[in-house]
Amino acid sequence: MNSTLVEQDVLARTLGEAMARGGEFAEVFVEDRTTSSAMLDQRRVEQLSSGHERGAGIRVVVGDTTGFAHTADLTEGGLVAAARAAAAVARDGGGGVREIALGPLRDHPSRATIPPGDVDKARKIELMNHADDAARSEGSSITQVQVALGDSTRHFVVANSDGLVAGDHQVRTRFNVSCIATGDTGMQTGYRPIAGTRGFELLSAEAVADAARGAARQAITKLDARPAPSGDLPVVLAGGSGGILFHEACGHGLEADAIMKQASVYAGKVGQLVASPLVTLVDDGTVEGEWGYLAIDDEGRPGARNVLIENGVLTDYMWDYLRSRKEGRVSSGNGRRQSYQHLPMVRMTNTYLLAGDADADEIVAQTPYGVYVAQLGGGQVNTATGDFVFGMTAAFMIEDGKITAPLRDCNLIGNGPDVLQRVDAVASDFSMMPGTCGKNGQSVPVGTGQATMRLTGVTIGGAAA
Amino acid sequence: MSQLLEQAERILESAHGGEEIEVYVARGVDTEVQSYQGEVEELTTATSNGFGIRILNDGAGGARVGTAWAGSLDDEAIVTALREARDNATFATEDEFVAFARPDGVAAVSLTLTDDAVANTSLEEKIAMAIELERLVRGGDPRIRQVESANYSDYVAEAAIASTTGIRASYARTGAYVSVEAIANDGGDDQTGWGLSAGRAPGDLDIEKAATDAIRRATRMLGAVKPKSFKCTAVFDPRTAATLFSIIGGALSGEAVVRGRSFFAHRVGEMVAAPSFTLLDDPTDPRHFSASVYDAEGLACRRNVLIEKGELKAFVYDTVSARRAGTASTGSAVRGGIAGSPSAGCRALQLAPGDIDQAEIFRRVGNGVFVESLFGVHSGVNPVSGDFSVGVTGLMIRDGQLAEPVREITVASTLQRMLLDVAHVGSDLEWLPGSAAGQTVAIDNIAVSGV
Repeated sequence: MNSTLVEQDVLARTLGEAMARGGEFAEVFVEDRTTSSAMLDQRRVEQLSSGHERGAGIRVVVGDTTGFAHTADLTEGGLVAAARAAAAVARDGGGGVREIALGPLRDHPSRATIPPGDVDKARKIELMNHADDAARSEGSSITQVQVALGDSTRHFVVANSDGLVAGDHQVRTRFNVSCIATGDTGMQTGYRPIAGTRGFELLSAEAVADAARGAARQAITKLDARPAPSGDLPVVLAGGSGGILFHEACGHGLEADAIMKQASVYAGKVGQLVASPLVTLVDDGTVEGEWGYLAIDDEGRPGARNVLIENGVLTDYMWDYLRSRKEGRVSSGNGRRQSYQHLPMVRMTNTYLLAGDADADEIVAQTPYGVYVAQLGGGQVNTATGDFVFGMTAAFMIEDGKITAPLRDCNLIGNGPDVLQRVDAVASDFSMMPGTCGKNGQSVPVGTGQATMRLTGVTIGGAAA
Repeated sequence: MSQLLEQAERILESAHGGEEIEVYVARGVDTEVQSYQGEVEELTTATSNGFGIRILNDGAGGARVGTAWAGSLDDEAIVTALREARDNATFATEDEFVAFARPDGVAAVSLTLTDDAVANTSLEEKIAMAIELERLVRGGDPRIRQVESANYSDYVAEAAIASTTGIRASYARTGAYVSVEAIANDGGDDQTGWGLSAGRAPGDLDIEKAATDAIRRATRMLGAVKPKSFKCTAVFDPRTAATLFSIIGGALSGEAVVRGRSFFAHRVGEMVAAPSFTLLDDPTDPRHFSASVYDAEGLACRRNVLIEKGELKAFVYDTVSARRAGTASTGSAVRGGIAGSPSAGCRALQLAPGDIDQAEIFRRVGNGVFVESLFGVHSGVNPVSGDFSVGVTGLMIRDGQLAEPVREITVASTLQRMLLDVAHVGSDLEWLPGSAAGQTVAIDNIAVSGV
């Protein structure tokens, strides 16, 4: 494989063609992605799959209009045809093919120490079997174990009419364990992911066994779970997966595309107090190894650490090229896309709440009655109204300052600006979790993080009266 | 013979002795237009193609399968994929139930699922539809403050499947959609509502209805409050009911059953739902937007009755899950495009319509909550345990009439309970994009969480 994917002079000529009809900005994004995945289900190794795709996405911007076309044909002819299709939105002018001068390529090597392609498949299977054994060792009520391992090696080069040329090599590895425990009350599930922008070094035998045991215990514990309560209760979120709360409660609402269309409850609120003073929220593409890490975003902009909320005050939104261009500022490195077949838009990277100085156990001890959420499963938000939900997949009652009965799965619901005010304690036990963020039909890997924290009240969507 | 089927057959020629090959080839042409403030904000035109290969080797303890896929049809990509699939197969566990589909004698029905108008309609006309949709929403009610985007999209999708076990299938489908999200405000909080219209071709789309729907949904949520928690009957509108049916369809997949992940396992013959509940999966009904002639293994699609008058009748199976369950495929293989492996799934669910309309359901329910949109379905529904808890917006039903709007609440129960608690099924069957059609359904004993 050619390390530059497409020769630089071809990129320059493609951009020149894309600008020929009067475009104000053009960009070529060339991507090559290799993936592999395998599943262990009930100790059977199945669905071993390898995939490869490569292609280019070309966009042309004229005024407020973006034209986009993509092709799997990386010859000059294929690229030029896609450039012309993308340029079709520029109807009124253009002075013919433009001369585009590209600067030197800024390339970013992969940080993976063990590239997935170097790993023997037998070793991967050994690791999956190891996880299966560990899960089943937790108890005979574990009736089903599914282990999935996947990796992707993504190399892209992005060039634009401003002369930028940048490349990145992103290696990501993930390992998920799903368990089912069966008892008198039916079946319950447990799930643990391990994922990072890293190579196979991410997966030690200890790490996968630990995840597997955690998933199994979660399922077994829930066999005794009672329906979650319904109504407004104090909630303590364990360090790690609670970060999804901020991803939904305000992360999406701080993306500049929603802001510029006045489709976010946070529009026009920079400089205002939008959260409890305990909240300092950061989106940070530079956290090396994390699931949402990137050396450069999918528009060639370096990943950055951006403070969004500082001590409760909204400091800034997240930006991509298009949105920042309209505002006459620079992108914050949040322009991301699922693949060359997609247009970039404003996306989060690793979004986390800075740790506080409270003690996690103390926070629980000082909560007379409420819900302790050990793991969250995902969520969704309506940025225009601020209403959001997030699901708890491992939770317990807190009674008299102690963690007591396990609860069945349910969603929690709240309104972003309201819930942000309700943070009244943040501990120091910070950790992060990987997740997949979906927006307008595109999925990208993101990280979320936080320390154990308490909300004075959130609506628990349980089935108990 | 279709060009794609010829390509698939050509790849079969590379089969080595003793191995079976299955090839799935797909091609798509997509157009998407997004209108904002009366102008094209984004215009995407794209053509894509690719293939997925599965190679099967028989051994003493059963068969082993390896898979590979590529997002192109280059010779080099094919050679690489064949090599990778063969290599992957050597690491799989020998499994007596693993096999490729073989022709089963069920004849494919003849369906017209394509319309040349998708390809023949000019880009200008498609752009005009998106712009018109936005204009209608913005101009339709003074309380509409913003339209985040108004979209038109269409596709032409073709696929072919060929295998050394005798499968030869090719099929095509076209579709066109418009959708719009409106933001309404009358001095208080913003509220949103979205409208859509779907068809096989641009001419099938009802732009006015999509606009009216978005406006109505957004404006009638104005002034919504968060009520106190209570238990009641919830009435799901056709769209939200369709989401519910899709979730139930997931638990009726033979794949979930044989993998020990379905609460329906071992319950065939039992009453699992109210007697008014008859659910079928029928991809041969051309009114369904996801109708199909063949399944994802190239077997003819067929009509499968899953729950009849409350009694669990059957699951849907693909070849492997059927063999594991000791039965035959129901022609229900689905796959997530070229990169996916076949599995069993519902494709075109519909609930047998009841004989009362939505207004009559409100009258009979008397007091309850009308659910118009769901969110957090992926985070709040556990299809294995059946726990169900989702965020909703909607309106209260008081004295048999729609009353004040409510928001920031969840509705909760378990899927098992909800099926048994179905109180009324509406006559208002609505064809929707996705794997399920919908109609108004009332379900008792729902916990509503609010303040």
